[in-house]
Amino acid sequence: MFKVTIDNQQVDVEEGTTILQAARMIGGKVVPPAMCYYSKLRGSGGKCRTCLVKVAQSSAKDPRPMPKLVASCSTPVQDGMVVQNLTSPEVVEARKAIVEFLLLNHPLDCPVCDQAGECDLQDLSFRYGMEETGSEEDRREFPVTDIGDKIKLHMNRCILCYRCVYTADQLTDKRLHGVLYRGDVSEIGTFIQQAVTNNFSGNMIDVCPVGALTDKTFRFKSRVWFLNPMNAHRDCPSCSGNVTAWMFGNEIYRVTGRKNQYGELEEFICNECRFEKKDPGDWVIEGPRHIKRQSVISANHYERMKKQSVIKPIEGIMEDPE
Amino acid sequence: MGGKILLAGIEIPGIRGFDVYRANGGYAAVEKALREMTPAQVNAEVTRSGLRGRGGAGFPTGLKWSFLDRKSDKPRYLICNADESEPGTFKDRYLMHHLPHRLIEGLIISSFALGVKTCYIYIRGEFKYLVGVLEKAIAEAHHHGYLGEHILKTDFSLNIYVHPGAGAYICGEETALLESLEGKRGNPRIKPPFPAFKGLYGCPTVVNNVETLATVGPIIGMGGEEYSKLGKGKSTGTKLISACGNINNPGVYEIELGLPVEDFIYAPEYCNGIANDKYLKAVIPGGSSVPILPADLILSTAKGEKRLMSYESLSEGDFLTGTMLGSGGFIVFDEDACIVRNTWNLAHFYRHESCGQCSPCREGTGWMEKVLYKIEHGQGKMSDIDLLVRISKNIEGNTICPLGDAAAWPVASAIRHFRHEFEEHVLHPAEVLEKERRLSASFAV
Ligand SMILES: Cc1cc2nc3c(=O)[nH]c(=O)nc-3n(C[C@H](O)[C@H](O)[C@H](O)COP(=O)(O)O)c2cc1C
Ligand code: SF4
Ligand code: SF4
Ligand code: FES
Repeated sequence: MFKVTIDNQQVDVEEGTTILQAARMIGGKVVPPAMCYYSKLRGSGGKCRTCLVKVAQSSAKDPRPMPKLVASCSTPVQDGMVVQNLTSPEVVEARKAIVEFLLLNHPLDCPVCDQAGECDLQDLSFRYGMEETGSEEDRREFPVTDIGDKIKLHMNRCILCYRCVYTADQLTDKRLHGVLYRGDVSEIGTFIQQAVTNNFSGNMIDVCPVGALTDKTFRFKSRVWFLNPMNAHRDCPSCSGNVTAWMFGNEIYRVTGRKNQYGELEEFICNECRFEKKDPGDWVIEGPRHIKRQSVISANHYERMKKQSVIKPIEGIMEDPE
Repeated sequence: MGGKILLAGIEIPGIRGFDVYRANGGYAAVEKALREMTPAQVNAEVTRSGLRGRGGAGFPTGLKWSFLDRKSDKPRYLICNADESEPGTFKDRYLMHHLPHRLIEGLIISSFALGVKTCYIYIRGEFKYLVGVLEKAIAEAHHHGYLGEHILKTDFSLNIYVHPGAGAYICGEETALLESLEGKRGNPRIKPPFPAFKGLYGCPTVVNNVETLATVGPIIGMGGEEYSKLGKGKSTGTKLISACGNINNPGVYEIELGLPVEDFIYAPEYCNGIANDKYLKAVIPGGSSVPILPADLILSTAKGEKRLMSYESLSEGDFLTGTMLGSGGFIVFDEDACIVRNTWNLAHFYRHESCGQCSPCREGTGWMEKVLYKIEHGQGKMSDIDLLVRISKNIEGNTICPLGDAAAWPVASAIRHFRHEFEEHVLHPAEVLEKERRLSASFAV
């Protein structure tokens, strides 16, 4: 077991654990935000740089700090490592900068975006971002396209986290979906407009942290915060059948997988459950789903978490609304 | 003059072919290594020579080789990085074109030292004309028993393959290179794991620059000790410098490290002074990504010492008043050169070459380029100059691979040393544009 200290809190973890995983074991404010890492997708992480932290001491044996900030999602811990997240002003500054970069070409069309209210980029910007950008440049623009008949791609909103690429690669048997071109004109695309028809392709919508991939069977039907998320299940031949049904009264507006507190799916679900089963009679409704996140959907009508923070937040960082 | 080591024999007609190369002492080092030495001894000689990577970072080659996971039972690979795409750097192509067998010799000895049976030369796609040159050299070496099974009747076997890339600067970054070689999109990998443990196809791998590997032959030939006596301090041996810009004699030169920068610029056997009797304004000494220095700081350090062509001397004063030897792409600007225009040009390059994987580089390179474009074209504001500094700071150190730094440094250093020129562009755009128009018109004549 390795001893790791993150923002003055200690935890014992197995060798091979990353800093981010160790932080999640402690929980609360010491957990760096992760926009690209996704524990269920092999190879994900390292790209968005929102999870950068400072390693103030590399290990018990080598007490030197690491020269640069490191991506906590892809840096394994050492025994005796000391990490600073919010307790390092350098990290707070860098995170602000990363949010600015992520928003640089983002259209900020939240008022018409289906993801608003459950968007990781929105949450991130509220917590760590600046009030205005220094940029006066035009934002890059792409046409809106279809990925198959059930998924809409708004490339303008994409932050190129590659989660959907890993999903396509790891969940479907023949990947037709990837990143085209490079640099700031890179885009998510399917090979010569081919439809992604695999029965698990819909999970790309759930892993997408922003509104770049949305569910065509739900688009513009309702703001997410008007809906009640309910745990529901059915006997499904292809997946576990454990889903979240988003309801208004007796109607099911959409079906998604069940996400945990880090916005990650507990299980991937099949396209039939997601897109075809919109009749409440298809499902056994278990009851309301607790959404333990600080986003808009939980702000109004869902439980508040007990105050958990132990570290003193640095000035300028928003108080946790939880 | 340090005597030519790497380029020895380049003037001999026909040296590109095996017979002439062999007749002039070629492949003697291979015979010495394979017949008289153990792999460990070859490693030791390379370490003793003090050879440092010639691809840009200057990492000690012997030390890099010692990291290779020798416990793994997987095959090991040696990759020769011939992607050479950094603006201002054109030394590897010169070496491969004129002395292909020097490289093949180095690859054989290095593979022997590392226990490698398969070696790839990953070559920049635009160097199509060199693929044939290298493949011919490889075929000749095969024919004469220096490649293939049981080389020189020893237990050592080696095959070398040439793999052309598709023309992306980023594929010169060693892990992007590995991805590309595996047939994937050339995105740099997240490290750790490092190639020494998990490189090509997840196997232990060493990636070295063309010039680094080509130097291994001469080192074995003359002995590491002898080689280390050349040069100065921890900058041992000789280095290829590709010189370009406003000089009388652009070209590739082999210099003994430690040569004063002033001599390199003005001596008749090297750059031979600034063209058209103009004054020296600035130099980027190590390929486009290293900081630019104004004339006074490139000729002598802030402490007043003569600046030398060596790893240590060029970085004396860190980034505040120093720069880096980098890959040896020596770009010279005369009094008429517009630093803003040049910085914008480089920013354009890095924006175009960013793989787009990580947000600071993907977004930051584009942003810098747009702001620099505005300043260069007379639409800038004073605050844009500080904005550029802020963007470059926010990219630096926060990215997956060093391309982010490589994009940030030229911008930061140009503003550090030539802020007045940026201000001039903002305050008097009409005059500046007119001056540039006149200059480019005089070029056209
Ligand atoms: C964006 C980028 C481009 C690079 N291009 C090259 C290249 O074209 N040739 C090269 O030898 N090294 C290049 N490098 C450096 C390699 O990653 C690697 O450090 C080098 O090949 C190691 O060889 P050496 O130790 O012999 O210098 C590049 C690095 C970066 C970050
Ligand atoms: S479409 Fe969504 S999941 Fe895919 S790369 Fe873009 S932001 Fe990430
Ligand atoms: S720094 Fe630039 S080139 Fe390197 S991985 Fe990140 S986006 Fe790609
Ligand atoms: S979550 Fe670590 S870099 Fe994106």
